[in-house]
Amino acid sequence: MSRTLTFSIFRHNPGDPGSRPGLDVFTLEEAPGMTLFIALNLLRDEQDPSLAFDFVCRAGVCGSCGMIINGRPGLACRTLTEALPPRITLLPLPTFELIADLSVNTGKWMRALSERLQTWVHLDEETDPDRLEEPMEPERAEAIYELDRCIECGCCVAACGTARMREDFVGAVGLNKIARFRADPRDKRSEAQYFELIGDDEGVFGCMSLLGCQDVCPKSLSLQTQIAFLRRKMVQIGAGFA
Amino acid sequence: MKLIYTDVLVIGGGLAGLRAAMGVRRRGLETLVLSLVPAKRSHSVAAQGGMQASLANSVKGAGDNEDVHFQDTVRGSDWGCDQIVARMFTHMAPKAVRELAAWGVPWNRVRKGRHEAVINGERITLTAPDEAHGLITARDFGGTKKWRTCYTSDGTGHAMLYTLGDRAIAEAIPVHERKEALALIHDSGRCHGAVVRDLISGELSAYLARATIMATGGYGRIYGVSTNAVINEGMGQALALETGVARLANLEAIQFHPTAIVPAGILVTEGCRGDGGLLRDADGHRFMPDYEPEKKELASRDVVSRRMAEHMRRGKGVNGSFGKHLWLDITVLGAAHIDKNLREVKDICRYFLGIDPAKAWIPVRPTQHYSMGGIRTDHRGESPWLRGLFACGEASCWDMHGFNRLGGNSVAETVVSGMLVSEYVADFCASAEGNLAISTSLVEDFVSREHGRLSRLLATRGSENAVHLRKRMEQIMIEKVGLFRNGPDLASAIEELRGLLRAARKVGVRCQSRAANPELMLAYRLPRMLKIALSATLGAFQRTESRGAHFREDHTARNDRDWLNRTLYQWANEDDELPTLAYQPLDVASMELPPGFRGYGAKNILEHPATAPRQAAIDKLMQNHERTERHALQEALMPFRHLLPERYRGNNERLSEPLP
Ligand SMILES: Cc1cc2nc3c(=O)[nH]c(=O)nc-3n(C[C@H](O)[C@H](O)[C@H](O)COP(=O)(O)OP(=O)(O)OC[C@H]3O[C@@H](n4cnc5c(N)ncnc54)[C@H](O)[C@@H]3O)c2cc1C
Ligand code: SF4
Ligand code: SF4
Ligand code: FES
Repeated sequence: MSRTLTFSIFRHNPGDPGSRPGLDVFTLEEAPGMTLFIALNLLRDEQDPSLAFDFVCRAGVCGSCGMIINGRPGLACRTLTEALPPRITLLPLPTFELIADLSVNTGKWMRALSERLQTWVHLDEETDPDRLEEPMEPERAEAIYELDRCIECGCCVAACGTARMREDFVGAVGLNKIARFRADPRDKRSEAQYFELIGDDEGVFGCMSLLGCQDVCPKSLSLQTQIAFLRRKMVQIGAGFA
Repeated sequence: MKLIYTDVLVIGGGLAGLRAAMGVRRRGLETLVLSLVPAKRSHSVAAQGGMQASLANSVKGAGDNEDVHFQDTVRGSDWGCDQIVARMFTHMAPKAVRELAAWGVPWNRVRKGRHEAVINGERITLTAPDEAHGLITARDFGGTKKWRTCYTSDGTGHAMLYTLGDRAIAEAIPVHERKEALALIHDSGRCHGAVVRDLISGELSAYLARATIMATGGYGRIYGVSTNAVINEGMGQALALETGVARLANLEAIQFHPTAIVPAGILVTEGCRGDGGLLRDADGHRFMPDYEPEKKELASRDVVSRRMAEHMRRGKGVNGSFGKHLWLDITVLGAAHIDKNLREVKDICRYFLGIDPAKAWIPVRPTQHYSMGGIRTDHRGESPWLRGLFACGEASCWDMHGFNRLGGNSVAETVVSGMLVSEYVADFCASAEGNLAISTSLVEDFVSREHGRLSRLLATRGSENAVHLRKRMEQIMIEKVGLFRNGPDLASAIEELRGLLRAARKVGVRCQSRAANPELMLAYRLPRMLKIALSATLGAFQRTESRGAHFREDHTARNDRDWLNRTLYQWANEDDELPTLAYQPLDVASMELPPGFRGYGAKNILEHPATAPRQAAIDKLMQNHERTERHALQEALMPFRHLLPERYRGNNERLSEPLP
């Protein structure tokens, strides 16, 4: 049975002096296999050419299209409309700078996070690429990849109470990144150096463990386990036990 | 007017652009990267299956080396590639994988002892030797003699791009995100940078540089259904073409991937078949062995795609609600394997099809996937016509893929070309030519021309609708410039696309905002996309032969005698409706691997007169070198090492080939 979908979409273009924030309502006939990617493009093509939103991969892997879908952060490109009621409300992710309508500047936020937490492997020295690579236990490589799968979509930050209260909170995304580099034997940073980065209220001690983040992470990362583990470690280090 | 100066301007923040920026930075130059989107969201992030490099660590990779990889690449290209470039590439690929390993990519590793694999539909046991334990492993991919594709599950592009993206941050390379290059600034055959639009504020500025590197990716989105990211609209190629000076090459060489899901066109990796997955028809029959008894599902991509289309034409397709398709069956691999090595595939099936691929077959059909053609450069990545303009990655055609690229060779190419081109760019900047000498009035001219264009678009609502024109272009490309091509269809496509280009010049916009205005973006991109579409179509029309991915139903032979060449495109005058084409012959007399039969279907080749003499010369040389070590023998056949930057000339170590 074909449904008529009613979209209420947040509109505001801060770059346009005449623009005021508000919700616009659109209707659209649902089609089989319709995703929010398809629906939003149809709305733009046929009803309002100025509607702004971000899609890149449209396959759930690039992290561009996080938005609040009926109250919950998620990736719009891989959300099928059939999984939603006929009234759909779309809002931009909070916490991030608004570009226009549903488009927010997660990229800028994530770059700042990377700079702050130094999210790269800290090498002692460069290796000679002509030579055989350093061996690594297969399980170890798989475990690192598991933590490496974050797509920086920002959904966890949007769902996080702490992030809303504290502008500088690194979020589950930041804590997960630290977990990823801690797990990597190629990264030569010491525990004390990690503590420097996240051993405060802007870091792991700011987290209230309400786990909004884990529920919404589109890559199903084990954020809860990682945060709990990091907190234990950082408490020990803070107390001088490690 | 805002002016931004740097030594090397890199346009594109995917794998190729990031690695190139790091290379020039390491040579002490200032650089900055421009990207339409945050760098880590570039299309490269979507690469799934892996990266080819002849490390020879896995059991089924034993005996692999640069020579085998080179031969696979040249055969894969249907002899359309530049063999010197293919040699440089295969020599560099192991270095690139190892560099990435050191920087943090969690490549999957060899586990010693016995483990199960699925080959040709059967479960077999492989035993990995102790000494390979913990080294980088590889999976099988199409068109290769060895298991050579290094991977991290099926998120290889993600792992690579995040590692390079973070490395670029570590090396303090600025990335100016949400910026779009609108035009290249140039005069007298020298490129000086680009006019750039801020996609948030709409502001125009000029980025001036001693050298400019285009790493803008492919042009897949001129097709209505494509596996590509939606930002792959060929703007880099179009910018180069619009200089009127730089040339593009081989745009008609467009790859269709056998397995994109229906109808979304989202890719499921070749790794599915590499790991043992099968293709089945409406009757559940595994049909590939009927057509290609030797390589079956793992024939070269162009071949598998055509065989699938042929099989559907014979009425063996499944009639789905979105048209005909075939099945990809990975249930044979088992849930444990899928959960570990094909997890993106599992997610895609779950979210976009609502199925579990461990239990149900995946509906697939061949879909536009990769752009072999691009900005023509020499082996150093520089445009021979526009000095100071370099290109690398999918945007370029230094020509290592010819008319068909092998799976896994593309992400490898991005990093390798970034490593190499950055060295040549640094050399260029150090040379007498490498200084920035440009008048402000020239810069003003270029900026005000773009400003004028945007103002004209904003000043009128126009008599044509950009969305409709674009949809029509996408449809024409699918219907008439697809897997099977023929003269009459291509001719009518050219006529219609010309009409669309004329119409596109009458487009206006309704939304008047200069800032973050998607309608305006489409309006200025559309004519550029049409120029690329027209060029590819004209190239396909004129090329009256079948080579690699370019298949002409009315000219089915590969015609080396007349067509062993590269198509070049130039857009001489802004008002032209068609590009000017020229052809650049490949030199058979210097080839290491003279043209031969790829071994698919029946042999259907018109030979080049120089092929037999070259083969005879090689045979003779081989007789005299029976005991010569393989690197020296290669050097005697087709020297290439002297062309590499000195730091990269060393041999690659393998377990079987230890370095002193
Ligand atoms: C779904 C999928 C899976 C794939 N899997 C594999 C695989 O397993 N193995 C393999 O070898 N290959 C694979 N490929 C191919 C491979 O991913 C690409 O060829 C490769 O990543 C291209 O990288 P790039 O750096 O050249 O360009 P891209 O990653 O496309 O980057 C282009 C960059 O240019 C920027 N840009 C473009 N135009 C402009 C402009 N006008 N101004 C400013 N910036 C601009 C973009 O923002 C972007 O940052 C796959 C491709 C697809 C579609
Ligand atoms: S558990 Fe911590 S990081 Fe996650 S949502 Fe709650 S406060 Fe934020
Ligand atoms: S942790 Fe999950 S929700 Fe947060 S940014 Fe990464 S992928 Fe998105
Ligand atoms: S568009 Fe890439 S995750 Fe949605």
